[in-house]
Amino acid sequence: MSAVWICVIVVGMATIAVKAGGPVLAAGRELPQGAARVVDLLAPALLAALVATQAFASDEALVLDERAAGLLAGGLAIVLRAPILVVVVVAAATAGGLRAIS
Amino acid sequence: MREARYSDGMRAVLPLMPAVVAFGASFGVLARAAGVDSAAALVMSATTFAGSAQFAVVSVLGAGGTAAAAIGAAVLLNARYAPMALAASGAFRGHPVRRLLEAQLLVDESWALSSRGGGFDRKLLLGVGGLLYAGWNAGTAIGVLAGDSLTDPATLGLDAAFPALFLALVAPLVRTRTALVAALMGAGIALALTPLTPAGVPVIAATAACLVGLTRPTGAADPRRLPQEAPS
Repeated sequence: MSAVWICVIVVGMATIAVKAGGPVLAAGRELPQGAARVVDLLAPALLAALVATQAFASDEALVLDERAAGLLAGGLAIVLRAPILVVVVVAAATAGGLRAIS
Repeated sequence: MREARYSDGMRAVLPLMPAVVAFGASFGVLARAAGVDSAAALVMSATTFAGSAQFAVVSVLGAGGTAAAAIGAAVLLNARYAPMALAASGAFRGHPVRRLLEAQLLVDESWALSSRGGGFDRKLLLGVGGLLYAGWNAGTAIGVLAGDSLTDPATLGLDAAFPALFLALVAPLVRTRTALVAALMGAGIALALTPLTPAGVPVIAATAACLVGLTRPTGAADPRRLPQEAPS
């Protein structure tokens, strides 16, 4: 079997198991108070980490490239209460435009 | 608040769909460019359904990395779904097989958009996740078919669309100071670890920032807690 198919099958099965673990084994149970407070903060911590890595990480290096300008423009659109599609288009157009002229 | 419907979830995620389809298409294109055959790319989008992990596999393999390195990066990237799925587990009901299948529609966006006051709304989660799943797989098919004729996604700035998308998703969640601190710490941890650890580890380690939730609010002394007695 090729390396590609091994990756596809192993990653696919692992992901299915990871997503199903809680819902299959613990469905309907409530989390204790302290745990619930911690879990409430998972989304902001994780999404912010994704913002940071997707904007500034290139493999294992920190870089400042057109994505940062796109993120800045998208952030401005968010401050101006633009809908998400506009935010995304503004960010992509800014980065793509800068690449086109550089 | 009236009960949510599947269509409410679909409506909530509709603005993201052009970006999701385009991102799926870019996965299809990049997979083909990295020498991954079309069937493998399509099966991967249908089973893994997680953009960052799929891109990790394709980029590691494309750069000549081993299957073990590719699998390690992808599984680490997707490990975040374990606590997220546990947090949302109360939303899933019925037979275990049904819960297993419905849980597959849990991704960052469906999780964030279906969070409702400490719990999670099943119909919102499935509405958001279902439409994302359709768009992601349709996009992958388009990308695989278009193959090399499509422009490099970086030229279109698609890689910059995603941090902005996640910023738009995190913005409404950081209304309290604790949430803002968790977000800033998460971003800081991820950036600090990026040069030191393999891809995927920084994002997982960043979840440690949510432990600030264990520091109890200081009650009456908390300046954010304004007296409620005054009639308004």
